[in-house]
Amino acid sequence: MKKIKLAVAAGSFCGGCDMSIINLNEMLIPIEEVIELVFWQVAADFKFEDVEALQDKEIDICLYHGPIRTSEHAEIAHLFRKKSKVMIAYGSCSCFGGIPQLANPYDAQTILDSVYTNGYNIDESGPNQNYMRPKSEYKKGRAMTLPKLLDSCLPLTSEVDVNYFVPGCPPVPTQWEMLVDIITNFIKKGELPPKGTVVAGETALCEECGREKPEEIVINRFRRPFEIDPDPEKCLLSQGIICMGPATRAGCGGQCTLGANMPCRGCFGPAPGVKDPGLKMLSAIASIGGAKIEAELGPEGLKKLMETIPDPFGTFYRFFTPEYIIKTKKKVAEEESSKK
Amino acid sequence: MSELLNPEPKVIAFLCKWCSSNAADLAGVSRMKYPANVITIVTPCSGRVDPTYIFDALAGGADGVIVAGCHPGECHYVTGNYKTLKRMVLVKELAAQMGIEDERIHLEWISSSEAKKFVKTMTEFIEKLKHLPPNPLRNNRVALEAKH
Amino acid sequence: MSQKKKTREPEEAKRLGVFVCHCGKNIAATVDVENIAKEATNLHGVVHAAESHYLCSEPGQKALQDDIKYHRLDGIICACCSPTLHEETFRKAAADVGINKYEVEIANIREKCSWVHSDKEKATVKAMKIIETKVEKALLNEALTPISVDVNRNAMVVGAGITGIQAALDLANSGYHVYLVEQSPTIGGHMAQLTSTFPTLDCSQCILSPKMSEIAHHDNVELITNAKLTSVTGFVGNFKAQITKKPKFVIEELCNLCDDCVEVCPVIVPNEFEGGLGPRKAIYLPFPQAVPSAYILDIENCLGIHPLVCSKCRDACEQKAINYDMKEEIVELNVGAIVIATGYDLYDISKISEYDFGPEVDVIDGLQFERLLNSAGPTGGAVLRPSDHKKPETVVFVQCVGSRDPEHHMAYCSKICCTYTGKHALLLKDQEPETEVYVFYIDIRAAGRGYEEFIDRAQEMGVIYIRGKPSKIFREGDKTIIWAANTLTGERLEVEADLVVLAPAMIPSFDTKILSGVTKCNLDEYGFFKEAHVKLKPVESLVQGLFVAGTALSPKDIPECVAQGSAAASKAMALLSKPQLYHDPIVAIVNEKACSGCKVCQSLCPYGAISFDSVKNISVVKEILCQGCGTCASACPSLALTLKNQTDKQIENMIRIALKTEAK
Ligand SMILES: Cc1cc2nc3c(=O)[nH]c(=O)nc-3n(C[C@H](O)[C@H](O)[C@H](O)COP(=O)(O)OP(=O)(O)OC[C@H]3O[C@@H](n4cnc5c(N)ncnc54)[C@H](O)[C@@H]3O)c2cc1C
Ligand code: SF4
Ligand code: SF4
Ligand code: SF4
Ligand code: SF4
Ligand code: SF4
Ligand code: FES
Repeated sequence: MKKIKLAVAAGSFCGGCDMSIINLNEMLIPIEEVIELVFWQVAADFKFEDVEALQDKEIDICLYHGPIRTSEHAEIAHLFRKKSKVMIAYGSCSCFGGIPQLANPYDAQTILDSVYTNGYNIDESGPNQNYMRPKSEYKKGRAMTLPKLLDSCLPLTSEVDVNYFVPGCPPVPTQWEMLVDIITNFIKKGELPPKGTVVAGETALCEECGREKPEEIVINRFRRPFEIDPDPEKCLLSQGIICMGPATRAGCGGQCTLGANMPCRGCFGPAPGVKDPGLKMLSAIASIGGAKIEAELGPEGLKKLMETIPDPFGTFYRFFTPEYIIKTKKKVAEEESSKK
Repeated sequence: MSELLNPEPKVIAFLCKWCSSNAADLAGVSRMKYPANVITIVTPCSGRVDPTYIFDALAGGADGVIVAGCHPGECHYVTGNYKTLKRMVLVKELAAQMGIEDERIHLEWISSSEAKKFVKTMTEFIEKLKHLPPNPLRNNRVALEAKH
Repeated sequence: MSQKKKTREPEEAKRLGVFVCHCGKNIAATVDVENIAKEATNLHGVVHAAESHYLCSEPGQKALQDDIKYHRLDGIICACCSPTLHEETFRKAAADVGINKYEVEIANIREKCSWVHSDKEKATVKAMKIIETKVEKALLNEALTPISVDVNRNAMVVGAGITGIQAALDLANSGYHVYLVEQSPTIGGHMAQLTSTFPTLDCSQCILSPKMSEIAHHDNVELITNAKLTSVTGFVGNFKAQITKKPKFVIEELCNLCDDCVEVCPVIVPNEFEGGLGPRKAIYLPFPQAVPSAYILDIENCLGIHPLVCSKCRDACEQKAINYDMKEEIVELNVGAIVIATGYDLYDISKISEYDFGPEVDVIDGLQFERLLNSAGPTGGAVLRPSDHKKPETVVFVQCVGSRDPEHHMAYCSKICCTYTGKHALLLKDQEPETEVYVFYIDIRAAGRGYEEFIDRAQEMGVIYIRGKPSKIFREGDKTIIWAANTLTGERLEVEADLVVLAPAMIPSFDTKILSGVTKCNLDEYGFFKEAHVKLKPVESLVQGLFVAGTALSPKDIPECVAQGSAAASKAMALLSKPQLYHDPIVAIVNEKACSGCKVCQSLCPYGAISFDSVKNISVVKEILCQGCGTCASACPSLALTLKNQTDKQIENMIRIALKTEAK
């Protein structure tokens, strides 16, 4: 049997996705024999030069994890797209932007300022007395270049065409069972699932979670997970904790809700059919806030209740970059590059 | 007032069929005048206005979005406008976090007899938008200095 | 025709027509109608566009219909005046030639365009945009048919005070079958306890008992007493009500009111009908005019319905009417409409720690005083102190007990206490002119025909009105002391009274909260049932087919209760008079596959139209109850709920087209 060539490439990664592959252990046995690893820097000292030397589409499957945060990540994405038949966005970052996309309301300048100039511990006496900051190009002595921090942090689709998506922060073994199926099918029959397939559940997380729900869900007081010790049997929403379950795709097995008694933050991305889980959850949460005592609370009271929800962007878009931001940011980037 | 930054702003107004849409009709019957920059979309209740629509409009090129409904306690469907009110609090906060001036999103209670208020709301809103730069999302440019 | 539509792919082959109206010069003066009609033909989905001088005129409509037929249109957009004026006109015209009325859209280019703008160029651009948005909507409109359901023509009235009695009689006399459900053993409610009623002072029993006996003998009324409404399922026109009947242990049909059982019963307890001021036995008749007129055995106080323990009454009953084996019974009723008339109770005075209260300290409430005044009452109508049966020389009345006290008790005014206290003082003075009578009040509120005059009369007869609320009422020896301040003169007062009569706040009857849960009818902030609209729908509730009347809604007097009872009955009749209910099909609908069962929507519908199917783990919209507001659809986080012909896709397309920059 012909071996298939597999690459694992990365953008702005935290290492979690790599760990999720390493942790698979014996699960990889059925495909170990048939796989030839051509790139995975966590596993061995692979070089980009070697990849560049490959024929176009010589790699069969590339798993790309991490978002596009720097110019280098974009380059890597383009390189692997060119060399791979199937490009898979692996992990929430690569699928939707992930945790790093929380920086999207800020441009690179602001981010650098806040780290190197305005940071809490930065002053004359502190570690960065001279307010130094990294430069993309360094010319004194030996010239050096560093990748440029982009103004945005976007999912893989913002740069290249993606065949499949494996969401999760990081993905879980059940998704690997599905992936292994896909790979074996490909090897044996040459068949691939339709483009755009999301390798995860086909419903919203609530269905998979199945915590007990009261007759109706209203929240008269919003609570952050640390404020109470939630009843492990009952739906977290019904306990006043914002849980993204209803708008999030199933497939994680309720890792947070069932496994850790913590609310879902939405790492599996939008449930099937949902376009913008952030705004949908925002609307749902606003709707059930004080739903039975609206007249009593009155406009002012309702406003106050809503203001107890801190950080709407971070709450509702923790892992998912909304489409309008993607478009906007891309446009900015294009303008910038056309100026040069 | 400040500089004229956007002489022809585009506005989408979501009007509740029972109140503000009637106020708009009454403004017409009374031959009041307001700028033609606004396209209205009538919904059964302000509660039908999904926050998604507001961002759809902003991303689609609107410089501002108005949602108008019945006064609190007067919603034809009793509590629809309270839902709107609550959603708008979060929508505005979210917009501000993303660097979209929250003044671009405006909620107003306009009963069916308040034609004057309708005209005033539209006129002043459009006037205000003229003095803001074109919507960052419209130009596909999120303001780069979001607040800390 | 609707079949044809169902098989067609919605967006693909739809043939739309656009009709732009000049409205004389009303539109044409500011909008270039001709040009618009021309351009409209280029819009996606539009196969025909025309202009008309007056689209709403006979010839205008005729031309519209001809075009619909000739061009085989599936849907039309009329660009004209406001839909409030002619939407129905054009829907009808279109329906006559085979277009589903929900495929007709109005683009309002008059009130929302030509009349409010003066720049012709801008107005024309805007008018075109308005039309384009409506074309986008029309492309995805679905042909719909009104929803219809059968109506069960029986009614149920819960609570048989004067309000419920009136409602039941009105319904029964109009030919509807009525189930009248009352929790106590007899009907009549509080009115049966009153002596005479203001402002005319006619005897309460005399005007009430004819109505009670009419109920007892009416062919259309099925009276169910000693029973509670324990569950309601179904919906308007088709309610299923479950009634739980407590056993009476006396067979109504056999009991001939001989009173033999009462004589032998060894148990004596305070009689609640007399406000506890008189005694009754464990087997008793609530009061002589009680309906149904039958004895009842009070199981709580009976020594034991075991032959070994007592069973004296059973042995005494020659009719063999006493049956110790009666069990609780559950009855299922199918009704189309429900009237709730469960009345009021008095505020619990023990919550007012500054006031001593109870017959032993000669401090009683208004209802107890009604019994003292009543010639059929425990004292035969003589006002005597409950503690020692002496004639009181000084009697003090206190109004607003627990009312108008937002900090500690109820915030609202109980509305009738001023007047009935005036009545009490007047009747007392009438009986014993020598008695010193004081009334403590905050304000006198006696609005209504003949009410103010009534208070004046009491004052003329020597009743002393003092503005101020007692700060303390307590017993000292055989007197009851009242401390108060006269807020008009500022002086402090201490009155030694022989009898004190309090006017406690009227509060929702004890079962109201449970009943609200059973019926899904909302309560207001004080726990009274809440009407659908205070001004315009005073006896309707948000639960369709469920009406509320009388003091169950708020404190009121008998005339108002009667008026509301009749109003609720006539609203119910309006519903029951039709064999079928028709309902607008613009309703919410759940996509079963997408619904995550998150239950976010469950609390959102003000009409209770959304329920949960726990087997399928999804939400379900009861179409007949949905009013089409769309609030739930915009809240559903899983994108499972949508509103027909107002879908996300339609609105998003409208937004997109409204903002599209002109290609020119
Ligand atoms: C001291 C006093 C004096 C008054 N004097 C006058 C006067 O002179 N003139 C005047 O116009 N008004 C007077 N009123 C007011 C009058 O009593 C009320 O307006 C009237 O009786 C209210 O009638 P209703 O049918 O609404 O309520 P209610 O009389 O309270 O009747 C309600 C009925 O519903 C039943 N019920 C309760 N819960 C349930 C349940 N869950 N299931 C089934 N049945 C239930 C109760 O048992 C009761 O029979 C006086 C009130 C007081 C307190
Ligand atoms: S805890 Fe979260 S995921 Fe689980 S049922 Fe509740 S809302 Fe859904
Ligand atoms: S519960 Fe939510 S946040 Fe947690 S792993 Fe699952 S999808 Fe991710
Ligand atoms: S349809 Fe409306 S716009 Fe046309 S003529 Fe009649 S009133 Fe005028
Ligand atoms: S809100 Fe939507 S997903 Fe949640 S239960 Fe209701 S219909 Fe289902
Ligand atoms: S559309 Fe409105 S009335 Fe209909 S089910 Fe939803 S919330 Fe209830
Ligand atoms: S009906 Fe106007 S806001 Fe609800």
